[in-house]
Amino acid sequence: MSIDTVEIAAKTPDDEQPWAELGLKPDEYQRIRDILGRRPTTAELAMYSVMWSEHCSYKSSKVHLRRFGDLPPSEALLVGIGENAGVVDVGDGYAVTFKVESHNHPSYVEPYQGAATGVGGIVRDILTMGARPIAVMDSLRFGRADAPDTARVLPGVVAGVGGYGNCLGLPNIGGELLFDDCYAGNPLVNALCVGVMRHEDVRLAKAEGLGNKVILFGARTGGDGIGGVSVLASETFDEHGPAKRPSVQVGDPFTEKLLIEACLEIFAADLVTGIQDLGGAGLSCATSELASAGTGGMHVDLDVVPLRDSTLTPAEILMSESQERMCAIVEPAKVEAFLAVCRKWDVLATVIGEVTDGDRLTVDWHGERIVDVPPRTVAHEGPVYERPMARPRDLDALQADDAANLPRPTTPEELQAHWLAVVASPDGADKTWVTEQYDRYVRGNTVLAQPDDAGVVRIDEDSSRGIALALDGNARFARLDPYAGTQLNLAEAYRNVAVSGATPLAVTNCLNFGSPEEPEVMWQFAEAVRGLADGCRELGLPVTGGNVSLYNQTGDVAINPTPVIGVLGVHEDVRRRIPTGWRAGGETVLLLGETRPEFGGSAWASVVHGHLGGRPPAVDLAAERRLGELLAGLPGLVTSAHDLADGGLAQTLAESALRHGVGARLTLGADPFTTLFSESAARAVVTTTDPAAVRAAAERAGVAVTDLGTTGGDALVVDGVLELGLAELRAAWTATLPALFGTPEATVGAVPPS
Amino acid sequence: MRIGVLTFPGSLDDVDAARAVRLAGGEPVALWHADHDLKDVDAVVLPGGFSYGDYLRAGAIAARAPLMREVVDRAHGGMPVLGICNGFQVLCEAGLLPGALTRNSHLHFRNRDQALRIERADTAWTASYAAGQEIVVPVKNGEGRYVGSPEDLDRLEGEGRVAIRYVGGNPNGSSRDIAGVTSENGRVVGLMPHPEHAVEALTGPSTDGLGFFSSVLQGVLA
Amino acid sequence: MATRSQIWVAGTVDGVSRVVVDVVLKPEISDPQGQAVLGALGRLGHGGISSVRQGKHFVLEVDGTPDEAELKQIAETLLANPVIEDVELHFPTD
Repeated sequence: MSIDTVEIAAKTPDDEQPWAELGLKPDEYQRIRDILGRRPTTAELAMYSVMWSEHCSYKSSKVHLRRFGDLPPSEALLVGIGENAGVVDVGDGYAVTFKVESHNHPSYVEPYQGAATGVGGIVRDILTMGARPIAVMDSLRFGRADAPDTARVLPGVVAGVGGYGNCLGLPNIGGELLFDDCYAGNPLVNALCVGVMRHEDVRLAKAEGLGNKVILFGARTGGDGIGGVSVLASETFDEHGPAKRPSVQVGDPFTEKLLIEACLEIFAADLVTGIQDLGGAGLSCATSELASAGTGGMHVDLDVVPLRDSTLTPAEILMSESQERMCAIVEPAKVEAFLAVCRKWDVLATVIGEVTDGDRLTVDWHGERIVDVPPRTVAHEGPVYERPMARPRDLDALQADDAANLPRPTTPEELQAHWLAVVASPDGADKTWVTEQYDRYVRGNTVLAQPDDAGVVRIDEDSSRGIALALDGNARFARLDPYAGTQLNLAEAYRNVAVSGATPLAVTNCLNFGSPEEPEVMWQFAEAVRGLADGCRELGLPVTGGNVSLYNQTGDVAINPTPVIGVLGVHEDVRRRIPTGWRAGGETVLLLGETRPEFGGSAWASVVHGHLGGRPPAVDLAAERRLGELLAGLPGLVTSAHDLADGGLAQTLAESALRHGVGARLTLGADPFTTLFSESAARAVVTTTDPAAVRAAAERAGVAVTDLGTTGGDALVVDGVLELGLAELRAAWTATLPALFGTPEATVGAVPPS
Repeated sequence: MRIGVLTFPGSLDDVDAARAVRLAGGEPVALWHADHDLKDVDAVVLPGGFSYGDYLRAGAIAARAPLMREVVDRAHGGMPVLGICNGFQVLCEAGLLPGALTRNSHLHFRNRDQALRIERADTAWTASYAAGQEIVVPVKNGEGRYVGSPEDLDRLEGEGRVAIRYVGGNPNGSSRDIAGVTSENGRVVGLMPHPEHAVEALTGPSTDGLGFFSSVLQGVLA
Repeated sequence: MATRSQIWVAGTVDGVSRVVVDVVLKPEISDPQGQAVLGALGRLGHGGISSVRQGKHFVLEVDGTPDEAELKQIAETLLANPVIEDVELHFPTD
């Protein structure tokens, strides 16, 4: 096999190259030729095509994401956008890094491995910042719960998230599970990871220091996902199913666990000057990004890369997305120590190159030069598109189709039936079927996890300092109004963190949208980014980084805009966190915040009427802030707190009662329907044995308070209106997912007694 | 009272086992699978996790690790050994306990707060409990189904070597609801549930698990 | 070089000896994975299949002539757990 070298490329300018098949546009191909002053070699073409793909270069989203960089600087932000993950100061010399990322398309093709490698990838991003990963969360969306393909995809995805995360020893502390027809051919799997370190441990991904060695360590390189990144993420799925099966990545969590331990020992011994994980675009990405961010030059001998498959060509090696690999920059004097740590943990490590002077990235294959490029042009100067945008033509009609006009329950029986329907719907139902497949306990620091509003983890056993995390993404609201909808998601995640008693500190995001080549989708995206930036500005929170996933559609139909927002908060003393769920009778139930008749995009409209229309609830970030500050001062005064979101008060009351089997006697005012099903923002429900103190605190904070009633009994009773027995409620609420996806025991069959 | 916690590649709950030892008043000592040095410990805990990725069979490769030779020798000499989850799998593979652990009958990984009954309160690791006492401790496993031939299981029951049993539901299909077993001399105990995750009210469903770790300290002192 | 199917069976190809070790659960140990497969077959319309048992198939490439005693020991003490599994070895006949 003859290798296409730089020398040959310079002499054969007119050779045909498959740039279109690799996803490049004619002008992009010409730009590469202009940059190099010749045609690219096959290997260079592979590098550029992968690195300039939507997934790697963010070419459609970059111009919009700049808004996050324009936010006022935050003292809490130690490392901002641009690195693998953002880093936030959480006090006492601790720094926390967190990020959420998507792995949507691979999960449609191969649910288990797609989800598993999604977890693996985000964990490595956290690890490369210098942190020990300490927890994961997952935000999952599938087509209708009763669709046949959902039964194919969901169990595999859940098993993959659990299989990989559990084996790494990372507790799963929360997430989301939602269903909507728009995801039928395109599930969303967004994985979050959070890690902790001391301030001085922060590592950055850059190659500096002339003569420093480039070391590739971790798994061997095989043919995993070749073309996966650029081809898959820039490709939408045909209606008729996954006929095309490009090679997906296959994960090995055991290897990644060894990688984590080896890296942490390496960090503790201060053996690296820069580090990068190999994710999308594999070696192409790691080498070009490290070189580009550093002092400019790097040389790599590709033939020493340890392979799993000896038939791979150099271009394939550069594009391979084999999992569980990292790339470190190590001073020559420290290389032996580095390799020794790897040997201890049985992690394969190979010196594949070094940092050079000048500003070129050069790659040799058996002594012949096959890549000679300016790394900045590959990694950071990819194409930037200003795609056309257009407000969706159907949006006026959609917004005018007010959910307030839908037929409401007219009798107490109907009201009760609607309440049950919302709570027992696939979106509202008990998620134990999923969450039991995740380890929540490993590392012994999990304080709150699903079904609590936020995941809370202790980071210091002596001081009890801890962090809280919430991940939320209501897509119905965003469909009705992407700007407001995104702000509502930010508000919900902020509220969920505040409701645990924590102080919100920083934001991450995973923006899942359709094809950027559709002006209407591009408009939705731009509005969502604008909404998030404005919202963060008003709440005083920095955006630490995030992920954009485009081309999520089935055929021509884009998914609903799904901006998933993650908020990180801090607990100075995690022992003072506020739990959810009612534990005792005789406590006063109070609703904090104002309720208005707002049903656009509500769970009630969707579940009872299959309706999506009107405007989402009003955004009031000042009110969210007041509520958050009130909640931060309430530990000690309240026995529980639960926020209101999807399903409004109906959902919140049901979940609070079912948590420990304690009902309540309630008054819902003159309009119980609105009280129950409105989804006004900036609200929470608390229980307390000192209602006067809570009311006084609320008044000082400028937060409205409504007395709802008293806990106790085995039913949710609204005097004169309805009585929802907890047994009946629990039966309906817990039956939904097992009925859809199988009671595992029933699926397998009874094991014969032995 | 030095309690060794043995880390294999892929062990996960070693940190938590060490914490439990500390909270119970003992001194946790980190042990490394590739060494031949048991560092003068008075007892050993084989922690939970996915040693060697559960490759071949859960616990199979770890059972053949260099340090396990010393552990087996000293166990034969009466040193108390506790195997938790993956550690239980290792003990069975190493021949220190009877039976075997296989894939959960429902094929899912399952993490649940599980009610247990202490059947034997006279082992080195359960002396802090009363016989028949019921406790709540998390289980979290994918290969936690305890199996054996009917004859072996009968003999086990006949000899009273079932140390802990699942009550109020069987999370993984284990035969006879067996959650943990003990060696003939009561010094080696293996169980699938994780007592080290029930040692602080802040992070666990109860503090019922602490008894496992305080038990062995009593025995060592005695 | 061995063909894709030759890689999975006992035999000697191009001087490389392959020994096969099949590991199966003992009959008295229940096999939920096999049952799950059986259930799936039933749902797919294959009513004529009455049982499925799932096991493991190891292929060992050995230097020189395989030492039967050594391989038997490897099979019975490492590749299989004798408490719950039975083994069957297949040596090259060529």
